[in-house]
Formats: sequence, C-alpha cells, structure tokens
Amino acid sequence: MATFKDFRNDVKPNWCPGCGDFSVQAAIQRAAANVGLEPENLAVISGIGCSGRISGYINSYGFHGIHGRSLPIAQGVKMANRDLTVIASGGDGDGYAIGMAHTIHSIRRNIDMTYIVMDNQIYGLTKGQTSPRSAVGFKTKSTPMGSIEQAISPMEMALTAGATFVAQSFSTDLKDLVALIEAGINHKGFSLINVFSPCVTYNKINTYDWFKENLTKLSDVEGYDPSNREMAMQTLMKNNGLVTGLIYQNTERPSYQELIHGYSEKPLTEADLDLNQEHFDKLVAEFM
Amino acid sequence: MINQLSWKVGGQQGEGIESTGEIFAIALNRLGYYLYGYRHFSSRIKGGHTNNKIRVSTTQVRSISDDLDILVAFDQETIDLNYKELHSNGVILADAKFDPKKPEDTEASLYAVPFTEIATELGTSLMKNMVAIGATSAILDLDIHVFEEVVREIFGKKGDQVVAKNMDAINAGFEYTKEKMDGNVPTMQLEKADGKHRMFMIGNDAIALGALAGGCRFMAAYPITPASDIMEYLIKKLPALGGTVIQTEDEIAAVTMTIGASYGGVRAITASSGPGLSLKTEAIGLSGITEVPLVIVDTQRGGPSTGLPTKQEQSDLMAMIYSTHGEIPKIVLAPSTVEEAFYDTAEAFNLAEEYQCPVIILSDLQLSLGKQTVEPLDFSKVEIRRGKLVTEELPEIPNKGYFKRYEVTEDGISPRTIPGTKNGIHHVTGVEHAETGKPSESAANRIAQMDKRLRKVENIRFDTPVYKNAPHEEADLLIVGFNSTRGVIEEAMGRLEKDGMKVNHAHVRLVHPFPTDELLPLVQSAKKVIVIENNATGQLANIMKMNVGYAEKITKFIKYDGNPFLPHEVHSKCKELF
Repeated sequence: MATFKDFRNDVKPNWCPGCGDFSVQAAIQRAAANVGLEPENLAVISGIGCSGRISGYINSYGFHGIHGRSLPIAQGVKMANRDLTVIASGGDGDGYAIGMAHTIHSIRRNIDMTYIVMDNQIYGLTKGQTSPRSAVGFKTKSTPMGSIEQAISPMEMALTAGATFVAQSFSTDLKDLVALIEAGINHKGFSLINVFSPCVTYNKINTYDWFKENLTKLSDVEGYDPSNREMAMQTLMKNNGLVTGLIYQNTERPSYQELIHGYSEKPLTEADLDLNQEHFDKLVAEFM
Repeated sequence: MINQLSWKVGGQQGEGIESTGEIFAIALNRLGYYLYGYRHFSSRIKGGHTNNKIRVSTTQVRSISDDLDILVAFDQETIDLNYKELHSNGVILADAKFDPKKPEDTEASLYAVPFTEIATELGTSLMKNMVAIGATSAILDLDIHVFEEVVREIFGKKGDQVVAKNMDAINAGFEYTKEKMDGNVPTMQLEKADGKHRMFMIGNDAIALGALAGGCRFMAAYPITPASDIMEYLIKKLPALGGTVIQTEDEIAAVTMTIGASYGGVRAITASSGPGLSLKTEAIGLSGITEVPLVIVDTQRGGPSTGLPTKQEQSDLMAMIYSTHGEIPKIVLAPSTVEEAFYDTAEAFNLAEEYQCPVIILSDLQLSLGKQTVEPLDFSKVEIRRGKLVTEELPEIPNKGYFKRYEVTEDGISPRTIPGTKNGIHHVTGVEHAETGKPSESAANRIAQMDKRLRKVENIRFDTPVYKNAPHEEADLLIVGFNSTRGVIEEAMGRLEKDGMKVNHAHVRLVHPFPTDELLPLVQSAKKVIVIENNATGQLANIMKMNVGYAEKITKFIKYDGNPFLPHEVHSKCKELF
C-alpha cells in the first residue's frame, strides 16, 4: 500500500519560502495515502497561478491546464474514468474570478470529485493585484486606492448553489486539513474545500497571524451540526465566513454519476469502441 | 413526365411549415426519390417568414434548385418573397383565407385553396398543412396513401383518430384541388422512382452518427445554432452505449471538459458554431501543446459575432486553420457531403489519437441542416485506430521517474498513457515541458519539443484530401470549393460542359495541413481557376494562392448575403470568365 512518500516526486516547488501552498501539497499527499490510493489512481488537475503548479508537485497523474478551467477538465477526467480519484485545485483567482462559472456549475452538477481552492486573497504569480477575495479597502497594484468591490463569500455561495460538501481550512492546521481532504475524497459528490493559504510576499494583511486571530474552529462552536444547512449559513454569516472545519455535508443527495441515465458502471475508458453492424443498422433504419 | 421537381412551402415561423415539408419529403424519400431540402428560417421561435424548399429528383441532387415548380403559401409574404423563383409554368397554391394576390410580373398561376377552412371543417385549423400536402398531391397526381405511414409515425402517439383526421385532411385537399381545378391545373407527374429505401438526414445527423461509429462515448457541449442537433442526437443514443452528454455552463467548459475526458482515455467530442469556436480557441492551444486528442465540430454560420445565426456562410476557414495563440499542429477536415460528414467524423477520432492533436471538423449551415437523401453508409469502412496509446503493461521506472509522455521521436508522436495506467505517470501542462511533461524553459528543449509537435502532421495520412472530378488533362477551368458548395459546383460544371467548356472540379476535404501537392497539378493544367466560397474575402482563394501559387490564374466567386449559391449563379459567373 502506498504511503504519503509515494505521492512525492523530485520536483522542487517554485513557491516562495513560507507559502501556505506547501502545506496543502503535503495534506493532499497524506490524504491520498490515508484513503488507500495508489499514485496511478489519482489525477490532480490544476489551474494557473502559483497554486496551479501543485499538480506538478505530486506523484500522480497531473494536468496543469489553463487559467480558470481546472474544474471542467477534472470533470471530464472523472466522466471518462469513474474509478479514478479526481482532485481539482487552484487559487482564488482561478476559482472565484476567471473560473467562477465553473465553480458554481460544478457545485450544482455534483460530480464525485474534490475541489481544493488555495485562497490567499491576492494575485501572486502576476505580482500582487486584487482578487475577488480581497477585502474592501485592500490596496494592491491594481487597486492603489484600495479595493472598492465587495469580496466574494465562497462558502455561502456554495451553500446557495446546492453544494453537498463545503469545508474550509487553514494551511497550518495540517491535521484538520488532511482529515477534511479525506472526507472530501470519500464524499459521494462534489466537495469544495477552501483553504486559507497565506501569500507571504504580496499579502501583508491576511497573514498567518491575522488568520490565527480571526478564525473560529467549528469544532469549538457548541452544538454545531454540519448536516444543518440553515445553521451552516447562519454561522458563516455571523463569523464573516472566517470559520474552519466541515461546514456542511449532505449525504443524501446522489452524485451526478449515480443519476445519469445509462451511464456505464465500468469506466468509459473500458467501453467497447466498436458499434456492431446490427446496432449500426438499427440507427440507420431510423433515418429511412 | 418530369424527373425533377422543386417545391416550397412558406409561412410564419411556428405554424408548422417545417413539419409540412418534413412529411412531404419523408414520404417521397420512401418512394425512392432523391431529396434535397433547405430551410430558410430566422433566429426566433414564433413569427417571421420561414420556408422549406425541397427538391425531388430521380437522381442524386446536392444543391438547391434555381427555380420553383410549386409554391405553397400560407400568407401573402410567402408569395411576395418567393414568387420570382417560379418558372412560367409554376403554380402557387395559396390558402384562400388570406385572399392571395398574384404579383403582376409573373406568368405562374395562382390557385386559392381553402386550406384553413377545409381543416377547420374537419376539426382543427392546425391541419391546414395536411390540406396543403393533399393539394400538392393533386397537382403531382400522387397517390395520397404514400403519406399514411409517415402520418401514422408522427401522430400515432395521439391515437388512431388523430391519424385518421390528418389523412382525411390530406384527402380533402386532394379532392378539392382535383375537383375544382380539374383541367385548369397543370399536372406535374414525376417519373417513377426506383423504390429503394435510403436514409434522409441532415449533415448534423451524419456527424453524430459518425461520432458513434467512431467510438465516441462522451460529449460536452453548449447549445448553439446550427450545431445543437449533434448533442441532441447523441444524448438520445449514447446511454445505450454507456456514455453520455453533458450540457455545460459555457463553450469553454464544453471544450475543456472534452479535453479532460479525452486525456482520461475516452473518445470525446464537442460541437459548436463560430461564436463557440471563438471561445474555445485558448483550449485548442492547450490540446496542441499537451498533445491531448481533441475532436471539435464547427458548423459555420454567418459571422462575425452573432452575425447571421441562421444563415449560410463559410467564413470560419482561416480562423479554424490559424486560431489559438502560438503555433500548434492541427488538422482541419471539411466534408462536402452528408456521406463524407459521416466518414470524416468517424475518422477524426482516429486522426486525433494518432496525431495527438486537435482535429476540427468544419461544416457549414447548408451541409449541417440541409436535409437530403443519402446513399447507404458502409459501416465496414469505419476503423478504430488508437495510435500510440499504451495498452500493454509498463516496466517500473526507477527512482519514481516519470513516463516519457513527450519523448522526442522521429515522427514526433510519443507513446501515450492514460490516468490509471501503472508506471505511466507523467505530468501534463500547457507550460512548455520536457519529455516527462515537467516544465522546462531550456532553449534546446523548447526547440526539440516544438519541432516534435509540428512534425507530427507533416505527413498526415488522410484518404481523400481533395475530392476530384477532373476528366480533362488540360482544362479551360478548374472550379474549387469546400463544404456544401459541392452540389452547386457539380451542377454548374454539368451545364458548362454542355456549353462546350472543359471543366475540372476539386473540392478540398482536408483544409489543413493544406493538400498543395494534390491541387498543384490541377491548377497547373487549367487555364483559369475559380474558387467558389460563401464569404466576403475569398479565404480559400487566398489559401490556394499562398500554398499553390499561380495567383494570377486564381479568381474567386464569393457570396456572403446569407444564402447558398444557386447553380445558375455559378454557371453564369464561370461563363463570364471566358
């Protein structure tokens, strides 16, 4: 059986020292081993940006696509081979700006896969512009007078879009993060995990210390019930979205794959590509 | 006796014009006639003029006819917009309800038949279309029982009574026309057809059927005219094969999901029209650099932007050859008949996997939506070839090394593993990468990988890159086209030959990489070359000049008003050259 070390490769990440993304990388590797995967049965699909490089830093099948499109690529991979474990990942710009439509529609669609967003509230790789997660007033190279747009609340948004698994974590809480990724992989449907992953170079506001001061662990909230959508929404609103842990999970709703009419139980990759003559003749006859 | 008939039915969109044409055409197709239908419609659901022009012949026809024998009109607008196509013996069958008026400058005859009144008397005005079919049958001296089977198929679900009523309506239209106009109406009796059963389908049906035959088991697409029929067909048929179609949130999701599925190892397709293809261009580049097979259909319509969304145009040619930033290997096919649309689509999946690159199947509105009689498709001609897809067990790579997915090889094509394959792990990225897929910015690697990718398609094998009908060693004129202009050129060529001209015809089926070697001798041996195309700038003519040369010989005949070419237009333009 594979251990987390089997999910390591020899590529040195090009992230800045201290970047939150290192922990996310480690957490994915550990979670993959913990759920009993072999490297060849995991596909990590990532977007563009600093965090988008993550698929190249894990010893598994990996696809580093185009900006904002990790989700449709990942869904295609899962549709082709339902036996694979598919993880999509990228930054907040990737998932909540250029790729927002895919985020919302992936949530609605509920294909069995996990989406991990490394949320640093800034554009890092392009050297410090505002992100849809930047707070009002946040000064960046593209908002020198401070951002005047409202920040997106991804967890609330996910709940309203009909998410079946919504979680949030902080990159230094490695143990919690690993557990959430495992739960996300095991969840039968689409799981969204937003991870606060500080940018040490361009975000001097939302720092490690800032998160430590401002985050509330849901495990510390008395009576919190992640199966209660209303409670999830209220708790998020009350805490301005700054909570960590499993926010909401619906285990009742079947995944997309389970609902598709006629969808093969076997991976489509094993489908017989040959139509037989009889089947073809039947199709042809319909046009006569 | 006539061996060819041109019939048109017109009215307001949403009042059953399409189904009237459909019932008429299907019945005649089953008698063994060759049909060619072209719909004029607008980008709206109800209202606005629409018509369906159907050509009936005892031999295969692949273009709209110049003139018209019978015009069935449900409103005055239909008469006013279309009467000029009628020849002097032509007949207008119009609903008496709107008190039809014959324009002064036509020798055609007008007969008012109370379509609506007869239908209403029989139960519902909705059946006025059936009355019109009956009236047409009277003029054609056609046994109305030929419609019974089709009417039963369409209305059978609603019960025997509805079927009977519709047949009554056809009969009433027939009897009324026969009785009231006996002796007045010129009958147009069609020669008997061969009675063979042939398919009657649109190009999009053939593309979808070709995809199924070619092993496609997944589609991701976004609805758009005139491509949606492909996804609508596949969503009906794929479940029986374990596959499915996902209607995505947008065109970008459609193409990237298709790339994901293809990378995942299943044969997948996406289909759209110009606006969708514009949105897909970045992803086409991704497929190019990551060498993930990708099959895309572009059914061209009037551009740019929303342009003329329901009209014929062939203006995406350059965009399909060149679109995406940077340089990638790409294959662009342009089937010119419904039959070719079937075979080429099936073959596109082989090419995509063999050359590991995007393959675009270029169609156009006329080919994709024109409904026509199709010669039997030979399923045994369809092959499944998966290129260098690794299916055998792979040896373990020491020290967690990566599989050389982008190995530099002589033909440029590298072995390909799909996720799930043990010891086949590699990285895939749109960033320039080394043989294992890991990012690399080294100059030497850049050149090696770029050259490797581009040489893949240098010697592409494609059965018939150019369709040729070239009976003359030395021709006065070479006519060149692509996609749906095949039929109109064939027809014009026949007329020019009768005029005593020596004409060759070349139809480009592989538009990229351009089959220069195939065309060069034909261009060299012709006194003049004319390129027929539905766009405003002569895109194919320019590509010919660029690749084949002989610019001074090459002229273009362009049409970009949204309508397909008619045979007489091509005929007279070619004559003008001499």
